[in-house]
Parts: sequence; C-alpha cells; structure tokens
Amino acid sequence: MTATTEHRSRAGRSAGGSSGGPLVIRRGHRRLGHPRRRRSTLLTLLTAIMLIYTLLPLAWLAINATKTQTGLFRSFGLWFDRDFALFGNIADTFTYDGGIFTRWLLNTLLYVIVGAGGATLLATLAGYGLAKFDFPGKKAVFAIVIGAVAVPGTALAVPTFLMFSNLGLTNSPWAIIIPSLVSPFGLYLMWTYAADAVPTEILESARVDGAREFQTFFRISLPLLSPGIVTVLLFNFVVTWNNYFLPLIMLKDPDWYPLTLGLKSWNAQAATAGGEAIFNLVITGSLLTIVPLVVAFLLLQRYWQSGLAAGSVKE
Amino acid sequence: MTMTRRHTLLLGAALSMSLIATACGSSTGGDSGAATTKPAGTQANAATDVDAALNAGGTITVWAWEPTLKQVVADFQAKYPKVKVNLVNAGTGNDQYTALQNAIKAGSGVPDVAQIEYYALPQFALSKSVTDLTAYGADKLDGTFTPGPWNSVRSGSAIYGLPMDSGPMALFYNKEVFDKYKIAVPATWEDYIAAAKKLHAADPKAYITNDTGDAGFTTSMIWQAGGKPYQVDGTNVTINFADPGTQRFTAAWQQLVSGKLVAPISSWSDAWYKGLGDGSIATLVIGAWMPANLEGGVKAGSGKWQVAPMPQWEAGGKATAENGGSSLAVPELGANKALAYAFIKYADVEQGVQTRMDGGAFPATTAELNSPAFKDKPFPYFGGQKVNQVLAESAGEVVPGWSYLPYQVYANSIFNDTVGKAYVSGTTLQDGLKAWQDASVKYGQEQGFSVQ
Repeated sequence: MTATTEHRSRAGRSAGGSSGGPLVIRRGHRRLGHPRRRRSTLLTLLTAIMLIYTLLPLAWLAINATKTQTGLFRSFGLWFDRDFALFGNIADTFTYDGGIFTRWLLNTLLYVIVGAGGATLLATLAGYGLAKFDFPGKKAVFAIVIGAVAVPGTALAVPTFLMFSNLGLTNSPWAIIIPSLVSPFGLYLMWTYAADAVPTEILESARVDGAREFQTFFRISLPLLSPGIVTVLLFNFVVTWNNYFLPLIMLKDPDWYPLTLGLKSWNAQAATAGGEAIFNLVITGSLLTIVPLVVAFLLLQRYWQSGLAAGSVKE
Repeated sequence: MTMTRRHTLLLGAALSMSLIATACGSSTGGDSGAATTKPAGTQANAATDVDAALNAGGTITVWAWEPTLKQVVADFQAKYPKVKVNLVNAGTGNDQYTALQNAIKAGSGVPDVAQIEYYALPQFALSKSVTDLTAYGADKLDGTFTPGPWNSVRSGSAIYGLPMDSGPMALFYNKEVFDKYKIAVPATWEDYIAAAKKLHAADPKAYITNDTGDAGFTTSMIWQAGGKPYQVDGTNVTINFADPGTQRFTAAWQQLVSGKLVAPISSWSDAWYKGLGDGSIATLVIGAWMPANLEGGVKAGSGKWQVAPMPQWEAGGKATAENGGSSLAVPELGANKALAYAFIKYADVEQGVQTRMDGGAFPATTAELNSPAFKDKPFPYFGGQKVNQVLAESAGEVVPGWSYLPYQVYANSIFNDTVGKAYVSGTTLQDGLKAWQDASVKYGQEQGFSVQ
C-alpha cells in the first residue's frame, strides 16, 4: 500500500512539472539548497489523515493475520482475538495444498526479476539512446512513447491475449514476462532523466579520449543514471509484483500463477460447493505478499532519495 | 558500429523466437483439427475405443474446481498407470466458462474434460462446443442417475456430459435459534414467512435467511413453485416470468423482501459464513451439497444445524428443485476424447463416485443415493442426524420439465442489474423479473435465437 502511494506521489510530482523530469530535479535542488522551515497546520493535518488512511489497511492486515478462521468471525476487526495464531497461519500458508504458495512466490519472483529487471534494462538503454543521440524519426518515437503511456495496460490485455494465443504462448511464463518487458512510462522517465543527468560535455570528452559508445555508456553514463534506474526499477517492480489482470486472462494452470492470482483462487474456494473456506490463509498470504514490496522500498529508498539530489547537481 | 551489430543480433533472436512460437502454435492447432474431423465411429467401435484408449494410455487435461476430484485423479492414475491426468483449477464457475470460451474461440489450449454446471451446459451444448457422448456409450447409462441431473445433461437424444453431483434442495436450519425462540420448523412457505416475522421480532439482529438477489436461488425457487419461465426448442426460446408458478414465488418472497426480513448479506461472503456461525442467519434453502461447506467453513455452527424437507407451496406436498450441481463434459476440440470419456465415466459412474462421497460430495447416481450405507450415515456436525435421508428423498421429488436458457450464463450475469434492484429500491420482484426477461430476450435475439 505504502509502496503504491509513494509511487503515485513520485509520478505525480514528475507529471506536475509541465516540462517533465528536469523540473523535478531542479525543484528538489531548490528545496535542498534553501530549506524552508515554515510549518502549516493544515498541511500537517492533511498529511496525518493521509498517513492513517494509508496505514489502516496495513494495520488491519497485520492484526487479522494473527487470527484463526474462527477467531476472524468472533473478534473485532481492528483488534486481536484471544488466540494468537500468526505463526500457525504462516506455517499453514506455506504448507497448504502441497506448499503451492511457495511455488506462487517463486513464480512472482521470476516474473519480477526477468520482467521488471528486463523492462528496466530496456528502458534505460532506450531512454539514454533517445536522450543523447540524434537520429531521424526521433519525434515519431517520442509521440509513440507518450501515446503508449496514455494507454492503460488493461485495455491491451485482451488483444495481447489473442496475439499470444495465436503464437501458442498462453498459459506459459512467457505470456507474463514478454508484456512486462515493455514499460513506456519507465522509458519516458529514463529519457527525461538521462537528458539532464548525463551532461553531453562528458560524453563528448569521452569520445575525444577514444572511448567507444558502449564503454562510455557503462563506465560513465550508467553510474550517473543509477538513481533514475532505481526509480524505474522500483516502479516496474511494483507494477509486475501486483500484476493481476494480465495473468488472469493468460494463465490457466495454477502452477504458473503469481501470488495475486493464487490468493484470489484461495479466496474463491469459500464460494465453491464443497470448497474449504480459508480466509485466515488468504489474509496471512496477503500479508506475506506485501512484505517483499515493503522491504524493497525501505532498502532502495535511500538510493532513490540521494539519487534525486545527486541528479540535481548540475552546472 | 558495435551498437548496430548488437541491434541486429537482438532482432535476430527476437525473430527466431517468434518463429519457434508460431511453429508450436500451428502444430497444436493441427492436432486438435485432426481430432475434430475424425469420425466418431459406430457405437460398438466407440466403446472399444474407450477401452483401447485406457490401454494405450496418454495424457489428458481436466479443468475442474471441484475439490474431491484431486483424489479421484490420483486413484485413476494408480489404476491406469499409462494415463496421466493434469487436473487444473482454471477458475470457479463463470471464470472457468470465460476461459473455456476464449480457448475454444482461439482454437488452442482447450482441455480434454471440463467441469460445467447444469445451468451452463445448454450454452456449450447448443454451440456444439461439447461432444455428444452417445457415441461413446453414454446412452446406455439411462437410469444410472437421478432424473434431475440426467435431464440437465440431455438435449433430445444427445448427451452432453455425465452428471457429477446434484443439489436437490432442502431446508437447513439452526435448531438452536429455532428452539430458543420456540419457532416450529416450517413445513410450508406460509409457515416460513411467519417464522421469519417471529424470529426478527424476537431478535432484530437475526434473520430467517440472507438474500441480496441470487439468480441460481431464484430460478430454483421458481422451479419448485411449478414455474416454467424458459421454454427451449432448439434455437426457439420463450421467456415468460408472468406464469403462475413464478407469481406464486414472487408473491411470497416479496413479503420477506419488503418486510426487510432477509439479511442483506450476499451468499458465500465472509459475512455470510459469520452469520451462519453466530445464528444471525437462521436457515438456508439450498442444495444437498451444503453439508460439506457447513462442516468446513462454519465450525462455530457444529451441533446446531439440522436438515428438514424444503418448505412446500401446498400442505402435504413434496415438490423440490435442483440447486447447483455440475457435470463433466468433453469439449469438441479436445485431442483425446475416448480417454476423456473413460475418465469422466470413472469419476461419475464408477469408483470415483464413492471417492467423492467420502470427500463430502453429494452424488447424482441412484444406486449410491439408495444405498443403506449412504442413507444411514450419521453426521456429527448435525447432531448425529442422518441428513442424507432427507436429501436423498428430495432428489426423487424434483419437479420435472424445467429447462435453462441456452445462454443462462449471460442471463445470470445480468440478474443483479435487473432483479437485484428489488432488494435495494422500491422495484418489486415481479417488475425486476420482467426487466430481466426483457434484457434476456434482447440478448437472445442479438445472438441469433428466435426469442419471444
């Protein structure tokens, strides 16, 4: 939850400046350079409300993951039941139905590492290329990328399904990984970031010194781009981790499900004649599902924040 | 320079990958195409085909969400070691039908066996998406199944699936609540309404049942009341919710809805499970498969629930209806139909039936329903009551002559947009059903049916 919200605010910020990325960085620069200590009661209050609003579902999730199936029904939603069953629930989540939860977790990791990692790599390469090289048709590429940002992935899911079905790729991990590799928003972000963070002068001097383009990219540009890369990586990580609709229509075999679909199928058991209601495992599974997201944000946040500042040091 | 070369390399890799993919796709398509065009052969040949398929072995994919099938598959594979069954839960009900329709439309990825509920089967049967099983000897199974499910899988002389389970309806009630407020178990719907009023007056938090508009429940209730709103003859369909049977149901049920005597809780939600456990939902009029769900999902209700015959429209009557239940069918595009039939016969007629009953499923076969071991089994959850006696009797009293629409899946999906309004606004159930009828007629005409 937190992850998504933080992301939105980041995305909102960059979209706020009409000229895109560079503005974000300059703004950050100004804020850092001249810290203003003015406080606003209204803003503090609004932020506090926002904080509670964001944390409440998390608190609910954490509290209810400690309850048994029976405990869930007999206790108040935002407080603990007399039986504390968190560890039992976690053990059951990992062992239920032959330990399929572990399989879903590994699937999700596969989709995230290959899909989100690949998307970040492609976005970095393409964004850098578009920012630092002039070639005919650049404007057309720009228009296509901006257009692609505007099309929601959900709208493309069904055509993608039909296409993959013709290729015989549905119901396989490729059906999730290949579409995940495409991230127009990530590309746009890298593009605007690279335009600003990598001074053309450095590139020129590297060329003068006889460095090849790939050498320049890996030795000089990549370190300068790393804050942007982390941002795009986090963004793709969240999107792929939470991906639901695409796997829903692409995958039929539960052995390839990501966590999102797997948890949904557990939830659907309660609505099946003869099915077993396992709300406690659905809740515990959901809690376990968001842990890696939270961890990734806490760990990468530092790079990301320092990155925003680092990118702003520009003459 | 380097860049360009890399570029070409990447492009080449991408191209070859898509070529491989295309090759895979077309080969699968070719296989299923061959299977479709292969003549089914004479009946005698087909029966030996089934045995031959079992001996030859092979792999089949089964799409089903029914939990007891897991054990059936394990036993089947142990008995026929050359056969491999991939049991896939491709979603429950509607999700699975959408997936199945998509796969059929795309012509690839179609399973060999699919679980299809009785209400949805006509839709797949009419479009010839599922195989007529008479060619494999299914017509010889006449009398094996109870009339309700058996009629649900047949259309004319064709048989489009084998009944897996059945849901003859009964009244499940929380005896503790009934005893507490000294309410008699209702034998008629009139009694039921009186009980609803008495209970809610005694405890404003308690309701006789829950209902927020459920297409399956409503059609089953109309079924029991003798209504026949759907008349289907091939592609000629008549829909009429103004018939006396339907009006009988709406007149009674409207009193419960208008009087706010039914809990505004949707079935299968977490609140529903909670209500079934704490006594705030006192009865359910539902299919015979319910005991397994109560035992598994409502542990707090153990020892409190009992089963009684479904309330009647006429005192002394015995009429019931089917609620839910599903069949196993063989999609037309499946690659190994003989083996698929061997599996569904094993699961629905042979040893699989007992395995599934042991797992808590309610059978559709007359032999099992009439066996003393089944009828005399006490249920500890129901305070030791032999609930199968009530349920098996219900199976024999299902009102004949009911049929669903050949596009009931769609119709049920718009139920809440039309009849659902009766639960949240001033619309009456009868008006809601009229709106449902109009929308269903319109959709049917768009689909090329001749609907009145």
